[in-house]
Amino acid sequence: MNIETIIFLVFGITAVVSAVLMVTRKNPIISAIFLILNFFTVAVIYLLLKAQFIAIIQVLVYMGAIMVLFLFVIMLLNLKENKKPSEYSFKKITAILISILLALLLGTSVYFGFQGKQMNEVAEKIGTAESLGRTLFTTYSFHVLAAGMLLLAAIVGAVMLAKKKFE
Amino acid sequence: MPDWSIDIIITLIKIVVVELVLLTGVAYTVYAERRVSAFIQHRYGPNRVGYQGLLQPLADVFKLIMKEDIVPERANKFVHSLAPAISLFVALSTFAVIPFGDKILIAGKEIKLQIADVNIGVLYILALLSLGVYGITLSGWSSNSKYSLLGGLRSSAQMISYELSMGLAVLGLILINSSFRLDTIVMNQYGWKWNIILQPIGFITFLVASFAETNRTPFDLPEAEQELVGGYHTEYSSTKFALFFMAEYAAVIVSSAIITTLYLGGWQFPYLQTFGLPDMAVSIIQVLTFCGKTAFMVFFFIWVRWTIPRFRYDQLMNIGWKVMLPAALTNLILTAIVITIIKLNS
Repeated sequence: MNIETIIFLVFGITAVVSAVLMVTRKNPIISAIFLILNFFTVAVIYLLLKAQFIAIIQVLVYMGAIMVLFLFVIMLLNLKENKKPSEYSFKKITAILISILLALLLGTSVYFGFQGKQMNEVAEKIGTAESLGRTLFTTYSFHVLAAGMLLLAAIVGAVMLAKKKFE
Repeated sequence: MPDWSIDIIITLIKIVVVELVLLTGVAYTVYAERRVSAFIQHRYGPNRVGYQGLLQPLADVFKLIMKEDIVPERANKFVHSLAPAISLFVALSTFAVIPFGDKILIAGKEIKLQIADVNIGVLYILALLSLGVYGITLSGWSSNSKYSLLGGLRSSAQMISYELSMGLAVLGLILINSSFRLDTIVMNQYGWKWNIILQPIGFITFLVASFAETNRTPFDLPEAEQELVGGYHTEYSSTKFALFFMAEYAAVIVSSAIITTLYLGGWQFPYLQTFGLPDMAVSIIQVLTFCGKTAFMVFFFIWVRWTIPRFRYDQLMNIGWKVMLPAALTNLILTAIVITIIKLNS
């Protein structure tokens, strides 16, 4: 067993366990902490796939920005712990069935799609900042601009909404 | 022994040495803070334990460990213990990508004086700094106290606001060096070409944002004593408080090291290669140069803390969004224009 397999097993198992704990915890803040842990383990798995840039963006954007806002909102809403005893309602059973189906679908497609395949040299270079930047600003420059305009519109909209509230 | 295991052993040795130096540095930064503040306020400061009070950090550590550890009754115990650990983890692990010297040759093996030379070094630093907010926010929430929660919320808003201008300030450097690698950024700062001269606006923006990110005066609103008792660490005592305390000073040292690396030439000693010294002496002088520059920045942090009063909260937000952000953006655009002109001319 080489060192990459060991790292993959440790972080893969942590990812699955933290995802399950995230769903089953009663306290929303603890759930959020497990989601943060899950994002971290996924970032390490990206690193194993030699996608350094994507791994660090995962940490920077999801862990550093989005989850901070999540925590912020949970704290300000002051949610009470859900103390009701769990009951096996129709909703819950449907949700469990759909999750199992989705997991099977994803698992089988990944397993049969990539079975026994090694990373080639082109795939190894895709995740670096240089190659991503080059692709984004040459082949997909229009898409980047369009996304930028969309985000700008969203920011202006948010400022307008906040301004109305204060006046 | 296979080759990769030697590499792992070398890396482990580097980690242990760096962390030991860093933790000793933390202890003596606390001592320096007390002595410098005393000097600025015309007092003596701690000068009884050992020569000139040099053993005071040891006594402080012993005192903090021996104290009773009190956890508030309705606090969330798990998160309450987790928060200080996150703070210290973030502060200590940021040092992994900072180069503290060039390569040295030991027994025919070239050793890089940097724990991890990754090609996304700058982003790694920004990513870890953005995680620092969790320690403070979670400690504020889990203490189940009004003061702590207010401190935690203040700090999240503050850190998110200043992270933005910090990231934008660094983008100017990345445009100049066209690399995220810290090693390249230091290599390009030979001679007089320190980034503080090439990027003065970026330097000032980054410096101010660093003060805000480390929660030091004039930006220490998360722990403003007059309003919030102790802010996010009001309900902490004993070793857990010591962890927060260490995290704060470790963050100061690491921020100083980052500023040194990015803007003050890192381990570069101007025109050292022209003196014709032996290789080993050059390496030692370079490491000492790095330590000296970092120590000066730490002193600067302390100096500012005891000279400038704290901002009001609205002033803090106004500076962050209406001064720092436009300044960082202007710097970025100016840098881009100048680089384009230079490229067109050559």
